[in-house]
Amino acid sequence: MSLDIESRSSTLSDDGMPVEELVVNVGPSHPSTHGVGRVVVHLDGDVVVKADPVIGYLHRGIEKMSENRTYLQIVPLTDRLDYVGSMYANWAYCRAVERLARMRVPERAEYLRVIVCELQRIASHMMGIGASAADTGAFTAFVYAFDLRERVVELFEALCGARLTYNYVRPGGLSSDAPDGWEESVVDFVHALPRKLDELDSLFFGNAIARGRMKGIGVLSAQDAIAWGATGPTARASGVNWDLRKHDPYSVYPRMDFDVVVGERGDAYDRNRCRLLECYESARIVEQAVAQMHGGPVHAEGVPRLIQPAPGDAYDQIESARGTLGVYLVSDGSPRPYRMHVRSAAFANLALLPMLAKGHTLSDLVVVLGSLDPVFGEIDR
Amino acid sequence: MALVDRIGEGLERLGGGVILTSVDALVDWSRGQSLWAFPMGTACCAMELIAASFSKFDFDRLGTFPRPDPRHTDVMILAGTITEKMKPAVRRLYDQMPEPKWVVAMGNCTVSGGIFYYDTYSVVRGADQFLPVDVYISGCPPRPEALQDGVLQLRELVRMRSLAPGKRYERELALPRPEDASYSNEDPNPPSAGLEGGDAS
Amino acid sequence: MTQDEMTALIARIRTHNADLYPLFSLEFGDAVVGVAPEELSSTACDLREAGFDRLTMVTAVDRGETFELVYRLHSRSLTASIFVKTVVRRDDPHIASVYDVWPAANWQEREVFDLFGIVFDGHPDLRRILMPYDYEGHPLRRDFEHPNIIRRPDYI
Ligand code: SF4
Repeated sequence: MSLDIESRSSTLSDDGMPVEELVVNVGPSHPSTHGVGRVVVHLDGDVVVKADPVIGYLHRGIEKMSENRTYLQIVPLTDRLDYVGSMYANWAYCRAVERLARMRVPERAEYLRVIVCELQRIASHMMGIGASAADTGAFTAFVYAFDLRERVVELFEALCGARLTYNYVRPGGLSSDAPDGWEESVVDFVHALPRKLDELDSLFFGNAIARGRMKGIGVLSAQDAIAWGATGPTARASGVNWDLRKHDPYSVYPRMDFDVVVGERGDAYDRNRCRLLECYESARIVEQAVAQMHGGPVHAEGVPRLIQPAPGDAYDQIESARGTLGVYLVSDGSPRPYRMHVRSAAFANLALLPMLAKGHTLSDLVVVLGSLDPVFGEIDR
Repeated sequence: MALVDRIGEGLERLGGGVILTSVDALVDWSRGQSLWAFPMGTACCAMELIAASFSKFDFDRLGTFPRPDPRHTDVMILAGTITEKMKPAVRRLYDQMPEPKWVVAMGNCTVSGGIFYYDTYSVVRGADQFLPVDVYISGCPPRPEALQDGVLQLRELVRMRSLAPGKRYERELALPRPEDASYSNEDPNPPSAGLEGGDAS
Repeated sequence: MTQDEMTALIARIRTHNADLYPLFSLEFGDAVVGVAPEELSSTACDLREAGFDRLTMVTAVDRGETFELVYRLHSRSLTASIFVKTVVRRDDPHIASVYDVWPAANWQEREVFDLFGIVFDGHPDLRRILMPYDYEGHPLRRDFEHPNIIRRPDYI
């Protein structure tokens, strides 16, 4: 933790009283920045006058690295983008490749992709809510939420052998089919889930302290959410009814029956509660997908090891736990992409921080930051 | 633990109430028992670091407790990629830790750069380029168990490097080494012959 | 939005801004419209008025002599998205910022400035964002060289 006073500057306010503006540097290693974020905060007393996020402490150059790797070799790199929800980056990237190389994906693979991504949403939201809970002092809720995430991770481990970096979705399908009995354990999990979520709901959102810390903090209006490119729960909590799964449907989502959770106040409380309520919907989707799924291949026939798409470009996007996650690929006809760009939802959402934190106290800055659910692997890429 | 036994013997002989040991032996034994960790979680490995300290894996039972403040901690667990931009901050946090201090490099990124070794312009290829690393844990990410094993190895390391000048301890726990008498390549529980069935076909 | 409507919409914008860069294709439902760099601001305003209220992505592609800038817009009311592409010369990489039209461009343009060195005129706060402020060079340019890079051996 480094809260270093970088400088003090003394000015005079309108009525001639000396005002000291204090510049406090939060991060890049701070338990409440959820990674290696840094915010340079200008304070007037305890009130934030200006918050300037400094990012890039985890800029690993994945876009540059992709230019020297084949299309298949990039899949493991996409795992490391959004490490709280690796499946999303896998899928978004593979969709872009499939669009670029005109591949078709078998139906079973699409269903399994939907299942793993909805499970991933639960895991990712649990991490987001849990971290927010820890920021507001409700550490018990963090442990509860993380325990639920751990169950999902166990399911993924049974599926593809990895706990965090799955490398499961591949261009043209999946790396492997689900093992025997996996679907049953998924159904068991989602059946037990609503009760556990209820527990978490009353433990965290029912807590007067948590409500007091989050309600009315960092209010984002619907116009601002749209203009600033916010997506995902961050935008939906402000009343923007926009979910790619519903309104620009991809994969087999049109066959699923679920509701889009929309908030109305757009404060930190709504953003976090929106995440929690989405987990119920995810459980519903998983249940339907398992019921609708049939046997069959999970990888398209005839996908070459060395994918060489025709020159051109393609963009595709999915609804990740943080919002619209898009991948833009440019091919020059060689086995390696000419350019890969990741449109990261967390990046766009974090850009709201200066606006949202202004006028709140320093301790509320942490709550606002947590409610935006930043993941720096995806922000910095 | 040998030292504890000796304490017990001493107590019996003297009728209780008096402990006879050299202070440095007691200090060396106790130093490694409660390593508080500074979780320098920068990237994906941080998730496994959190998982290791939470309910299922429960780091606390090993006496290791994550404290997000360098001034309270003995061991820095480097979990995640370190970039050129982050390097000065990591070094500064390390310098803020009180002596004696240790560093655990968790994950391939901090061991060697890992998946980010080639083609990238911003990643530090291994934390040992600017920090003295004591224990390396490979994996991308390492499982929480691997992290806990790494910290147990560090404990042994701490105990072996005595505070008393010139004093060294023998390796006591952990895995048998090739030079140990107990070391053997043979599986202690060989699979039953029926499963091998090589000549059945 | 159907393809015909989209074609009509683009035709309308085209007549408005006479000198549109002659690139236009409709593929997989995403329209691509190319504009001359001087026309970018006016096209952006027109598209904003036509209902494209969201700027999803701003990025660039290094094409040797030029940089291709790619903007992806989206409209909730029209349920349509559109790509706007333009080019800037490598030896004079200047383009008008669209921050006034879509504030979402703020950080995205900073990122393009950081990684490609394209200067967005009119941007309120054009600083590096991912690399350190005193960094030299623009890493995503194809000719970027840095002593820290170890090239991966060619396995394929
Ligand atoms: S070792 Fe692997 S999992 Fe750990 S930080 Fe590096 S890339 Fe991420």
